[in-house]
Parts: sequence; structure tokens; C-alpha cells
Amino acid sequence: MDNSITTQTITFKVFRFNQETDYLPYYNTIEMEVTSEEVVLDILNRIKWEHDGSFSYRRSCRHGICGACAIKVNGKGVLACKERMNDMIELFGKELTLEPLSTKRAIKDMIIDKEDFWVKHEEVEPFLISHVDEHPEDEHIVTPQEAEALLDSDLCIQCGLCHYSCPVVEINEDYIGPAAFAKAFRFNADVRDEGVDKRIEVINAPGAGVWDCVKCFECAEVCPKEVNPIEKITKLHNQVFERGDALNNVATRHAVGFAHSIKKHGLLDEGELVRYSEGNIGVIKHVPVALKMFKKGKIVLPWNMPKSDKLDEIQKLVKSSSTVKF
Amino acid sequence: MGKLQYALFTGCTAKESTPEQLMSTYAVAKKLDIEIIELTEASCCGASHLQDYDDFLSLVLNARNIAYAEKHNMTMITICNTCQLNTAMTKHRLDSDAELKARVNKKLAEVNPDLQYKGTSEIKHFLYAIIDDFGLDKLKSLVTTPLSQFNIAPFYGCHNLRPSELQAGDNPYVPTSLDDLIIACGGANVEYEEKNKCCGFHVELQAPHTAAVLTGNALMGAIDQNADWMVTPCPLCHLKLDTQADHAGKAVGRELEIPVLHMQQMVGLALGCSKEELGLKHHVTDVNFV
Repeated sequence: MDNSITTQTITFKVFRFNQETDYLPYYNTIEMEVTSEEVVLDILNRIKWEHDGSFSYRRSCRHGICGACAIKVNGKGVLACKERMNDMIELFGKELTLEPLSTKRAIKDMIIDKEDFWVKHEEVEPFLISHVDEHPEDEHIVTPQEAEALLDSDLCIQCGLCHYSCPVVEINEDYIGPAAFAKAFRFNADVRDEGVDKRIEVINAPGAGVWDCVKCFECAEVCPKEVNPIEKITKLHNQVFERGDALNNVATRHAVGFAHSIKKHGLLDEGELVRYSEGNIGVIKHVPVALKMFKKGKIVLPWNMPKSDKLDEIQKLVKSSSTVKF
Repeated sequence: MGKLQYALFTGCTAKESTPEQLMSTYAVAKKLDIEIIELTEASCCGASHLQDYDDFLSLVLNARNIAYAEKHNMTMITICNTCQLNTAMTKHRLDSDAELKARVNKKLAEVNPDLQYKGTSEIKHFLYAIIDDFGLDKLKSLVTTPLSQFNIAPFYGCHNLRPSELQAGDNPYVPTSLDDLIIACGGANVEYEEKNKCCGFHVELQAPHTAAVLTGNALMGAIDQNADWMVTPCPLCHLKLDTQADHAGKAVGRELEIPVLHMQQMVGLALGCSKEELGLKHHVTDVNFV
């Protein structure tokens, strides 16, 4: 491996905004010599030290532990202290835009108001809820297997990268978001915890809970600690069904409807899924689009519904391998 | 190079609401002399929703689908991003967990002693079969109708990009495969911010506003960068962008109408397939330029 240090000239477009004095944000263009040894945080430091002392950003541990220095480079969420400049240049070229995690929440330059992130965390009771015996006679041992059941959700450093990369958080301010969901899973999966009922109630709520996840995997992709929040969101969906806590609503029926359809046809009956999920009245709002689709030959009528070959195999498997009931 | 052969997992949408996608897949395969064996035994992949309800059942069903591809000793191709991801996730989990694989295989053997998930078949989206196996240079040499008068906006679809460790090699932040395909077909690829973003399909029923805004953002992004039309490898994204443009327009406060083609239809046009072969009449937003 070639270990020699190389240098490249990079043009940075740097987001600037001061909530107290600026009406609108603006961008500074700064050209810098960047060496192959630097990480994004080095660049933030050098902008402040070499170009403008008023440039503001959060930083603390510079070891990928505190989660303070998360920003976006060309739209990609990064932990500035962990992300190598060479990787950024290889990915995006020699013009790089540095922005805060959420421009609409900017307070000053890279610093954002993370209040919504913390409020969402608070909603899921992000701590161990356990009635501890005041005079315990022995220790409460957590076995390695039980610890593994957390699936690394305890590695979260609350940097906010997943939360501010989630498209639903941008649109729906009630949505709890991937970081807080991962946290809810972390404690629900803890054998010592007794707060599962409350957390399930929170994450199961229509509009705010896991059912609004769009399954884009942005959270899994951006996480610098490989927490894989969407995996935990799926597990929370599973917990809701396994515990028998699923409400009878459009979101839960949307999931269950797949099993019904597969049992009947092997394939998904798209029209029936919409009807089953929405109910006979709710489905009416889909009629205008359905009519347009019908005119274009995009709707299969019930009596023409295709079926998988060897459907009996599929039906037997649905019977033998189902693990939950709705 | 011998003739390319694949086992096709069509998914449900191609059999129902996007018949044009299946037609154009076969039209393109014929032009490229690719042999396709359709996995008619396959079931629905669960589309990530069955996975929310019953994870084990979804694994068993997907393992069965893959097992049928393995019987042909072929790579499985998918023509839906969500089928691709759910099948690839199943493969990844079974290949890395012998105990789980044994549990799944026990269920398969109970219904058919010949049915076993081994892990021998690769699973790839047809887009990557064209690019990586057939080759863009070769495709380019077969183009009879270059799409040179069009600005074409690629819409990648989440499940071909993320999570990147289960994908074919596009960087999810800077994907290039669909752009490269547009260029190979003679078109001009349009750069816009939403090309690798979510269309909102999976919450269309339970969170219609979120879904409509995401679709609206994608259509707006493409239109505002002067795209003549959009192209996507995913029939679910296609359903959103093509059939829900009205809703999306209302959600973001402006009219949004732009033809959206399936990846196969675009390739088919460049290869000289007729609009009948490509099923262009099956679009809600009319494909008015052919």
C-alpha cells in the first residue's frame, strides 16, 4: 500500500447562517489544500482557524463516540471526525458542499437545534425501567446471548444522522423517527426491562409510530455505528403483532393482507389488499385512480387473478410456517 | 460468451398493475438474445409488509422462490426493486445463519422433499444483468433508435440502492447505473436531487400525505431540471410516479405531469421495439412522445 501523503486542491461551499443576524443563509466559497490524512472535522477546524473565526460547529471527542460533529457533505450525512476527506473526494469530486444536518433547523452555521430529536427520544422512555429489589440476594446476570439480542442497538451515539436523513421526519413532525425507534427497541429487547407496554403504545400510534416508516433504508445507510435502525423498526412491528397489540387499522391490515393474499393466490391480489386494508368505506377514495388505471388495463378483475403454480405448496407453507395471528 | 440465461422472478406487480413491465422485459430480452425462464411457481416476496407481520413466514416463502431458481441452476433476475431487496435479504440471512437455514429448509422439505434452499443462485435486478453481464458497450452497438432528442431523468428507487452491502455496487449517494444506461441508449441523463430518494410507495395507504409529498418532490425535481420524461427500474416507484401524479401535485401545490417509463421500455425504444411490444398504452400519464 502506498502510504505517502498526497495533497489536492478542493473547493468548499460552506453553509453560513446566524439566526440572530441573518435573514437568509448564504454560502462561503473556500479553496483549500487538503491532504490525504485529513478527516472532515480537520476541514471544519481549518475553516475556523485559517479563514473565519466566527465559523461555528459542534465537536468534542473526535473519536466517533460523542456524536456531536454530524453534518452533511453533498447531502450525505457524515460524522465529521470519522469521515476521511479522500473518501469524500473520491465520491463527490473536488467541489464539496458542507451543510448542517438540517438546514431548516440551523442556529449558527453547522449548529442545529436538535430539540425535536431529544423530544422524540423522551417519548419512548429511553432508559431501563426496572423495579430493583432494595436488598437483592444475588446479581441480575445478563447472559451474552441476552446481550446479543440487542442487535447492537446499544451502540447508538445519538448523533442524529439517521433522524435528519429520514424523509418522513422532514414531512411529518409527529413521526418519532429512526433513532428513537432504535432506542425503544434497545430497551424493549433488554431482559431486565419492564417498560415494554408503554413503549409499544408509543411506537404503535398511527401517524407517529413505526407504521409511517417508508422503508427507504436511509437510516441504515447513514448510521456511523451500524445500528441499522430500520432493522429495529421491523422488529418493533414484529413485537406489536407477537404481543397481540396490533390495532385493527389500515396500517396493520396492510401488513396482514399480504398473508391472506398469498394464502389464496400465491401472489398478491393488489386490489383486494387495498380493499382489505382500507375497509369497504375507506376504499372509496381510491376509486378515481382505480378507474384511470382500469381504463389503461392496469387492474386485474378478481376472476382473472393470476395464481402461482404449485399453489398447494405455498398454502401448506403458510399453514406450517406462520408464527403470529392477527 | 455463451447465451445469457436467467430465471425470472416477476413479482406480483408485473402480473397485475404494470403489465407493460413484463411485456417490455420479454421484448428487450428477445432483442438482446437473453433466455428467460419464468419462475411461475414463485409467490409474492412480502414486499417488506409481510416481513413486518410474520418474519419467519416471509423467509420461508422467499427461500422457496430462490430454491426454484436454484433448481434451474441459474441466476435469479428480478424486475422490481422491492422483490430484489426482500429476496436478497432472505439470501443474506440464510447464508449467514446455518441454524435458520436448517429451520427454513425443514419447512420446505415438509411440503416438497425436492425443495431445498442451498444458496447457489445469485440474485440480481435485470438492470444490473444488462449492465454487468450483457454490457453497455454491446448494448450501445445494438441501439437502432438513439434517444438523442430526450432529457431523461433516472429515478433509482431505494431498494436497488440501500442498504448498500446487499446491493449490486451503485453507491447509494452517487448512483450511476441508470444514468449510464440512459447514455448507452443515446439519451441525455438529467441530474436532480431526488433521483436516489424515496417515492413513498410503501406508506401510500397508511400515510397518504407523506407518500404524496415524496412522489411530488421526485416529479418536481425531474421537471424542474428540464426532463422530458423519467425512467425507473422499479414498478412500485413507477406506480407512484405514473398513476399518482395528480395526488402528488395537490400535495405539493402544482401540476405535475411527466411520462415515466420502465427501464425496460427505455431500452426497448432504443433497440427499436414497437410501442405495442413495450405496452406504452398502459400508462396513466400518457407517453405522448412516441
